[in-house]
Amino acid sequence: MNIVVCLKQVPDTTAEKKLNAEFRLDRTSVENIVNPFDEYAVEEALKIKEQKGGTVTALSVGPESAKEALRKAIAMGVEKAMLVSDANLAGSDSLGTAKAIAGALSKLQYDIVLFGMTSTDAASAQVAGKVAALLNLPLLSYASKLEVGDDSATSSRQTDKGYDVISAKLPAVVSVVKGINEPRYPSLKGIMQAKRTPIDVLPLSDIGVDASEVGKAGAKEKVLGFVPTKARQAGKVVKDDGAAAVVIADFLVASKCM
Amino acid sequence: MSATNDIWVFVEHEKGEPKKVSLELATKARELADALGGSAAAVAFGPGAAATAKKIGLYGAGTLFVSEDEKFSSYSVTPQAQVLADLIAEKKPRVVLFPATPVAKDVAAQASAKVGAGVLTNAIAVDVKDGAVISTAPAFGGSIEVTSTVNGDVPQFVLVRPNALLPQQVGSDAQVVSIGTAIKDDSLLAKVVDTIVEAGSDAPLEEAAVIVAGGRGVGGPENFKLLEALAKELGGVVGASRAAVDAGWISYPHQVGQTGKTVKPTLYIACGISGAIQHKVGMQTSKVIVAINKNADSPIFEFADLGIVGDIFDIVPKLTEEVKKRKQA
Ligand SMILES: Cc1cc2nc3c(=O)[nH]c(=O)nc-3n(C[C@H](O)[C@H](O)[C@H](O)COP(=O)(O)OP(=O)(O)OC[C@H]3O[C@@H](n4cnc5c(N)ncnc54)[C@H](O)[C@@H]3O)c2cc1C
Ligand SMILES: Nc1ncnc2c1ncn2[C@@H]1O[C@H](COP(=O)(O)O)[C@@H](O)[C@H]1O
Repeated sequence: MNIVVCLKQVPDTTAEKKLNAEFRLDRTSVENIVNPFDEYAVEEALKIKEQKGGTVTALSVGPESAKEALRKAIAMGVEKAMLVSDANLAGSDSLGTAKAIAGALSKLQYDIVLFGMTSTDAASAQVAGKVAALLNLPLLSYASKLEVGDDSATSSRQTDKGYDVISAKLPAVVSVVKGINEPRYPSLKGIMQAKRTPIDVLPLSDIGVDASEVGKAGAKEKVLGFVPTKARQAGKVVKDDGAAAVVIADFLVASKCM
Repeated sequence: MSATNDIWVFVEHEKGEPKKVSLELATKARELADALGGSAAAVAFGPGAAATAKKIGLYGAGTLFVSEDEKFSSYSVTPQAQVLADLIAEKKPRVVLFPATPVAKDVAAQASAKVGAGVLTNAIAVDVKDGAVISTAPAFGGSIEVTSTVNGDVPQFVLVRPNALLPQQVGSDAQVVSIGTAIKDDSLLAKVVDTIVEAGSDAPLEEAAVIVAGGRGVGGPENFKLLEALAKELGGVVGASRAAVDAGWISYPHQVGQTGKTVKPTLYIACGISGAIQHKVGMQTSKVIVAINKNADSPIFEFADLGIVGDIFDIVPKLTEEVKKRKQA
C-alpha cells in the first residue's frame, strides 16, 4: 500500500503574528510547527502501513523551512518526504496549493492520500476536497475512524448527530479529524533518521504545474486589508458570597440573554 | 465567463427543513442582489429539497433550484458539487453563499475546483463596497479581521459562519425550478453505507444561541448533567474544553476551540474553564461571555463580560433554579 500524507507547516497559534506589506504572514517572526491536525494524518498513515505494509511519503508545499515539518514526520516514522518549493508559489490560495499537491501526486504512487481536517492558519478546510476534485478521486472527509481494505476504504464521517459510514474505492482522498488516533512521539532513532534522510525538493517545473496557475499570479482570493480585532475587555468580576446565581441571572436579564 | 449580478445560496436542510444558517444567507443574498441589481436565488439538493422553498423564499431568495435525486443522500458531497458546478457554469451567478459547515465546505471546495471559483472562508460579514462583494473574516486566532474579495471574472464563493448574520422575513414563497441531475461515474464517489445516530453526540454548537461549556473543573462525565440542566433551562446546548473531551467526559463534537468548533452564540457560559488561547479562539466572538471559575487568576476573567469567582458545583444548580424561577415569574 502506498500512502501519501500531506502536511503543512503553520505558525504556532500561541505566538504573536505579524502581516507583511503584502498582507501575508511574516513567517520570520514566529515559531513554526506541523499543523496539529496533520499529526493525526501522519499517525493514521503509519498505522495503515503497520497493518498493510507499504511506504509512507510525507508531502508538503511551502518554503524551504517546511523541511522542518517534514523532518518531524520522518522522526515519527515516515520513510520518505517531498517538498514542493518554488518562488512562484508565494501567495497561493487554496486552489493553487491544491494544484501543486495534485501535480506532486502525479510523480508519486498512491493508494491513499491523507490530509488533516483543516490547517490552523488558513483554516479553510478546502485543500483536501479540491485535490480530490482535481484528480477525480473519491473523498472521505472528516474521518473519525478509517478501515483500509485491499481495494477500498471505509470511514466514519462525523456529523452533529453521530456519524455516517462512508466507503469508497481506492485510490481515495481522506481527511481526518482530531480524535481518530493519538499521534506518537518521535523516537530517538526517528530523530536521528530525520537528520540523515534527504528531502526531495521539487520546483514547479518538475511537477508539471505552470507558474501562472499558482502563487500570486493564479490566486483568485485577494486580501484587501485588515484591522486588529477590538480586544474583548474584562468585565465585572465578582467573588461568590452565596448570591452568585442571582448576580448572573440579573446580568442575563440586563444583557437580554434571558 | 461573464457573470450576472445574481447571488445564490447553497441551502443545507434536514429533510426539507432548512438550517437556520440557510435563512441567514437567504436574507443576505437578497440584500446583496438588491445592491448590485441582480436577483437572489438558492440551490437545494436531496429528498425534501423542494419543501424548503417556503422558508427560503420568505427569508429572501426568489428562486429555488432543486434536485431531489436519491443519489444525493446515498452518496457523499461529490455529486452535489458536480451538479452545482454545472448549474453555475450555465447560469453564471456572481456570488454563491455557503454556510461554513462541514458538508457545505466540502461542496464549495469541490465545486470551486471545477468552475475555478475563488473561495473566501470563515466570513462573519459580507458587504458590497464600490461594486465589489467583500467578505470579512477573523484570522490569526481572531487577533485581526481580514477583508477580501475575488480577483477576475470568476464566481465568488463565500463560506459564512452560522449566527453571524441576521435572518429577516423579506420575501414570499420561492419559485421552484427543477434541474437535471447529471451525476457522473458512480465508481468515483464515496458512498454512504450507514447513518448512525449516537445518543449524546447531538451537538449543533455552531447554530446554538446559548452554550453552557464545561472544562476540567467539571471533574467527571456525570457532572456534565449539571451543565445540561442549565443549558436546557436556557434553551441551549452543552460545549466543552479540550481538557474535558480528552478526559473522555464528553464527545469531541462538543469541543470548542482551535481544534474543535468555532462558535458564536448570544450567550456562552464557561464553567471550570481556564480560558487558554486555544479555547478562546473558538468562543471569543460570542456576544456575551459569563465565566465561573474558582481561581481568581484564571485568564478567562480577562475577557469575560461577567466573571464569578466561585465553585461551579455550588453555583450552577442554583443558577438553573434561578432561571427556572424567573421564567415562571
Ligand atoms: C495545538 C493545540 C490545540 C488545542 N485546541 C484546543 C481546543 O480546541 N479547545 C480547547 O478548549 N483547548 C485546546 N487546547 C488546550 C488548551 O491549551 C488548554 O489546555 C485547555 O483549553 C484547558 O482546558 P480547561 O480550561 O478545561 O482546563 P484547565 O486549564 O485545567 O482549567 C480548569 C479550570 O477549572 C477551574 N476549576 C476547577 N474546579 C472548579 C470548580 N469546582 N469550580 C469552578 N472552577 C473550577 C480551575 O480553576 C481551572 O481554571 C489546545 C492545545 C494545543 C496545544
Ligand atoms: N501547503 C500545504 N502543503 C501540504 N499540505 C497542505 C498544505 N496546505 C494544506 N494542506 C493539507 O490540507 C489540509 C487542509 O488545509 P486547509 O484547506 O488550508 O484548511 C491540511 O490539514 C493539510 O493536510
